[in-house]
Amino acid sequence: MSAAGRVLMDDDQVRRTIARMAHEIVERHADPRAVTLVGIHRRGVPLAARLARDIAEFAGTAPDMGTLDIALYRDDVGTGVPVLGETDVPFDVSARPVILVDDVLYTGRTVRAAIDALFDFGRPPQVQLAVLIDRGHRELPIRPDHVGKNLPTARHERVYVHLTEVDGADEVVLAESGPAKGTA
Amino acid sequence: MSDMRLLHKGGPAADLVIRGARVLDPLAGIDEVRDVVVRGGVIGGDPDGLEVVDGAGMTVIPGLVDPHVHLRTPGREDTEDIASGSAAAAAGGFVAIVGMPNTQPALDDPEGLAKLQQLARAEAHVGVGFFCAITRGQKGTELTEAAELAQMGAVGLSDDGRPVWDSLVMRRALQYQRLAKLPLVLHEEDPRLAQGGAMHEGPVAARLGIAGIPSESESVMVGRDVALARLEAGRIHICHVSAVETVEEVRRGKQQGVAVTAEVSPHHLLLIDEDVDGLDPATRKMNPPLRGRDDRAALRAALIDGTLDCIATDHAPHGASEKELPFPEAPFGVTGLETAFPVLYTDLVLTGELPLDVLVRRMSGDAARVVDLPQPTLADGAEANLALVDLDATWDVTADGFQSKSRNSAFLGRTLHGVVRLTVAQGREAWRRLGTESGRLS
Amino acid sequence: MTRNLITVDDLDRDEIERYLSLTDRFAEVMQRDLKKVPTLRGRVVVNMFFESSTRTATSFELAGKRLSADVINVKGSGSSVDKGETLKDTVLTLNAYRPDVLVIRHKSVGACAAAARYTDAAIVNAGDGTHAHPTQSLLDLYTLRRRGVSLEGLHVAYVGDVMHSRVARSGAAAFRTMGAKVTFIAPPTLLPPGLEEGLGGRASHDIRDIADADVVYVLRMQHERMGDGGFVPSLREYSREYGVGHERLRPGQLVMHPGPMNRGVEITDALADDPEVLVTAQVESGMLVRMAVLYDLIAGPAEHVRNVPVEEVAA
Repeated sequence: MSAAGRVLMDDDQVRRTIARMAHEIVERHADPRAVTLVGIHRRGVPLAARLARDIAEFAGTAPDMGTLDIALYRDDVGTGVPVLGETDVPFDVSARPVILVDDVLYTGRTVRAAIDALFDFGRPPQVQLAVLIDRGHRELPIRPDHVGKNLPTARHERVYVHLTEVDGADEVVLAESGPAKGTA
Repeated sequence: MSDMRLLHKGGPAADLVIRGARVLDPLAGIDEVRDVVVRGGVIGGDPDGLEVVDGAGMTVIPGLVDPHVHLRTPGREDTEDIASGSAAAAAGGFVAIVGMPNTQPALDDPEGLAKLQQLARAEAHVGVGFFCAITRGQKGTELTEAAELAQMGAVGLSDDGRPVWDSLVMRRALQYQRLAKLPLVLHEEDPRLAQGGAMHEGPVAARLGIAGIPSESESVMVGRDVALARLEAGRIHICHVSAVETVEEVRRGKQQGVAVTAEVSPHHLLLIDEDVDGLDPATRKMNPPLRGRDDRAALRAALIDGTLDCIATDHAPHGASEKELPFPEAPFGVTGLETAFPVLYTDLVLTGELPLDVLVRRMSGDAARVVDLPQPTLADGAEANLALVDLDATWDVTADGFQSKSRNSAFLGRTLHGVVRLTVAQGREAWRRLGTESGRLS
Repeated sequence: MTRNLITVDDLDRDEIERYLSLTDRFAEVMQRDLKKVPTLRGRVVVNMFFESSTRTATSFELAGKRLSADVINVKGSGSSVDKGETLKDTVLTLNAYRPDVLVIRHKSVGACAAAARYTDAAIVNAGDGTHAHPTQSLLDLYTLRRRGVSLEGLHVAYVGDVMHSRVARSGAAAFRTMGAKVTFIAPPTLLPPGLEEGLGGRASHDIRDIADADVVYVLRMQHERMGDGGFVPSLREYSREYGVGHERLRPGQLVMHPGPMNRGVEITDALADDPEVLVTAQVESGMLVRMAVLYDLIAGPAEHVRNVPVEEVAA
C-alpha cells in the first residue's frame, strides 16, 4: 500500500536497513542475551521482532522481547484517542539494558512516555533507543543510539513507515501533511 | 358572556374594526371573509370612526375558554398570580379561565372566594372565575358551604389535585348538588393504585425504573362516579382524561344518559410516555401522566366524536427550582395557556387530523358549556369575546417568552404556527401583538 | 461536547466492546508490581455518593487513584446535602472546582440526567434510584468475558426483586446488546407491568425456569419490600420460593450477585461461600471497568476511535 507521496525506501531498502541496525546492535553488545528489546506500540513492535530475528541470525541467539503501549503515559491525554495497545514485558527490566524500538523519531515525546512506562516495571541499568527513521524536530533532549536513516524533513511534512505485519507492505513514504494512514 | 362569575379589571370598552379577516364561528355558523366591528365592547354596529385593524390573511375566532387552570393564588404567587396567569391567557387567545382551588390554603370558604374575586377585579386581564373545593381543605371528608359559594359566584366545585376518594362523600356531594347546582369537576385518581407513581405504567416506566401510575387508577374512579351520578341524577365533569379506559367509561355513561362531560389536555393529545425518555420533569412530568400511543389515538378520536367535550390546559405553573429536582421528586404539571391553541393547530389541524372548526368549538363554546359559562360568539349584538390569530405566522417557544411567571412548558423549543395578534375579552382589549410591535397587554 | 455514561442504553455493541477491551488493558496494569499509571495526573474526579455504597464508592475511588487522578469523595451524610442543599446546588458548588468527571450515586431516577444540566464535567452514573447502573453492567459483562464465556447466545436469568433493581435493568440492556438472552424470574408482585416489552426478555414467576440459564444472576432482596412493603408476605416465603442454593442449580451454571448478599434470603450460605460464585471476581472487575470508564471519558470522544488508526494522533 502506498500513501500519496514520495517513496523514500522500498521493501528491499527497509529490509537491508533493519539488517544493518541488527548488525550494529550485535557489534555493540556481543552477547544478544545481555540486552532486551522493547517495541513501542504500534510499529515499533514488529520492528523489534525483525531486529530480534536478524540478531538471532547473525549471533545465534535472540534477545528477550517486550511490547509497550505508551497511551497511559502520554502528556496530552484528552486530545487523542483512547484505544490502548497491548503492554507485555515478560522479563525483569532491572537486570539488563533495554533497547526501546520505534519506527520514527520526531519530537521525542513518545520516547519520553515510553521511558516513564518502562520505569514502572523496574529500574533498567541502561536504556537505549533504536529507530528506523530519525526525522528531526526534537522537542526534548532525546537522541537515538541506533538509526536506520536520518531523514531531513520540514515540519509540515509527514513520514509514513509501512510494515508488512501492519500495513501489508514495507516502505517509507514522505508526504505533505494531510489525512493519511501511518505514522507521522 | 358578561357574567357575574367571571371577574375582570375593567377598562375602556373596545372600539375597533378588524378588516378583511376570515371570520370563523362554528356556533353561529359563520365562516367567511368579512369585517368584524366591535363598538362599545359589543359585536356589530357602525364601523365609522373606529380604529381599523388589518386582518387580511388572518382569522377571527370566538375567544377561547379554559375551565382548568392553576393560578397559584393565594400561596404560591412566586409561580403565578391572577395578573400573570390571566396575561398568559390573553396571550393565548383565551377570554375566560377558571382557577382551581388547590391553593395554599385551599379555596374552600366564602371569605377566601371573596378575596380572590376582589383580586381578580383588580388585576385580571381576561374573565377569571373560580372553582371552590368540594371538601374542606380538599381533604375529602367534609363538604364545603356550596350553596353560599354558588350564590357568591363560584363557577363550580373541584378538589382538583386530589380525588374525592371516599365514595360516601362523593355521593353526598352529588346529593347536595341539587341545592347548590354547581358542576362537580372531578380529578379522578385512585390514590392507592397511583401511590408512588411518577409516570404511566407500562414498558417505558419498566425500562426507566420509574414507579407506574396505571390507567385504571383513573378509569375505576370515573366508573364509580358515573355510577354515583346516575344514582343521584347528578352532573359531573371529568378533568384531564388521559386513558383509553377512561374514554370508554365516559362514553358508556353518556350512552346511558348520565350527565357526564369530560375534558382533555393538549399535552395528552400530543405527547406519550415514550417522550419521558429524557427524564426532564419540567416538561414531561404531569398528573395524569402521559400515556401510551393507543391512549393518545383514543383521546384524539374521542375529542372529534364529542365523547370528550372540550380541551382544557390544566395550566400548572411551578417554580424552576422545584422542577429542577430529579424526576420522581419534582412536582406534577406543565403550563399550557400560551401554547394550547398554536400547538394543537400545528400538530393536529395542519396535519389534517382535526378540522379547525372542531378545534375552535372544543376550545371555546364547548369548554364554556361544560361548566355552564356563556359561550363566546361572534354574532351581532354579543359581547365581544374574540381572538385574531395569524395562522400562517410562526413563533418559537422559548423560556423567556412567556407571560406566565413559570416556564415549565411541555412545548419548549418547538416552533409553532399561529400567532395571537389580538384578544378582546368581555368587551375589552386584553392583548395586542400587531405588525412588528411585541406583545402588549391592555 | 461532554460525554457522559448515564445509561447503557446509550451504548451500542462496538462501544461496549471497546470498553471491554480497554478494561483488559487495565487488567494488565493491575498485574504489575507498581499498580498505578500517571495517565490522569492533574485531573479531578469527584465522587458524589448521596446514597450509601461501599463497593461502588470504593472501586471508583481506587480506580481514579490508580490512574493518578485527584479524587474527592462527597458523601450524602455529613455534607451540605444533609442540610437540604439541592442536587443542583451541590453540583454547581462542586463544579466550581472544575472537575473532569462527576461520579454520582443518588436515590432518585434521573438524578444524573438532572445533574448533567448543570455541569460541563463528564457524568458517570453510579446508580440513580431504580433506573440505571451502567458500570455494574459493564463489569458483569467483563467478569464473564474474562472467564472465557461468550456473550453471544448466552442465557442470563435474573432472579429476585426485578422491579426495584437498577442492576437488572442496566444488565439486561447490556446483555441484550451483546447478543445474550435474558429471563426475569421474580414474584409476580415484583415484575413491573410492561417489563417484557420495555426491557426485552421473558418474565416468569417460576423459579424452575432458571434451569435453562447459563448464568443465574441473583438480585439482592431488600427487607423493606417485605411485609408492610406489601410485595411479598414474608422473607421466609420469599426464600422458600425464590432463594437460590446448590439444589436449584445444575452443574456448570454460573452464579452472579451484585452484593451485598443477604445470606439465607436470596442466596443460601453454602452457595454464597462457594468459590465458583463470581461475586469476588465481579468486585475485581468493578475497579478495572471503572478505570476504563474514567480513562475513556477523559481521554477523548469515542467518535474518533472507530475508523482512525491510533498512530494518526499518537506520534
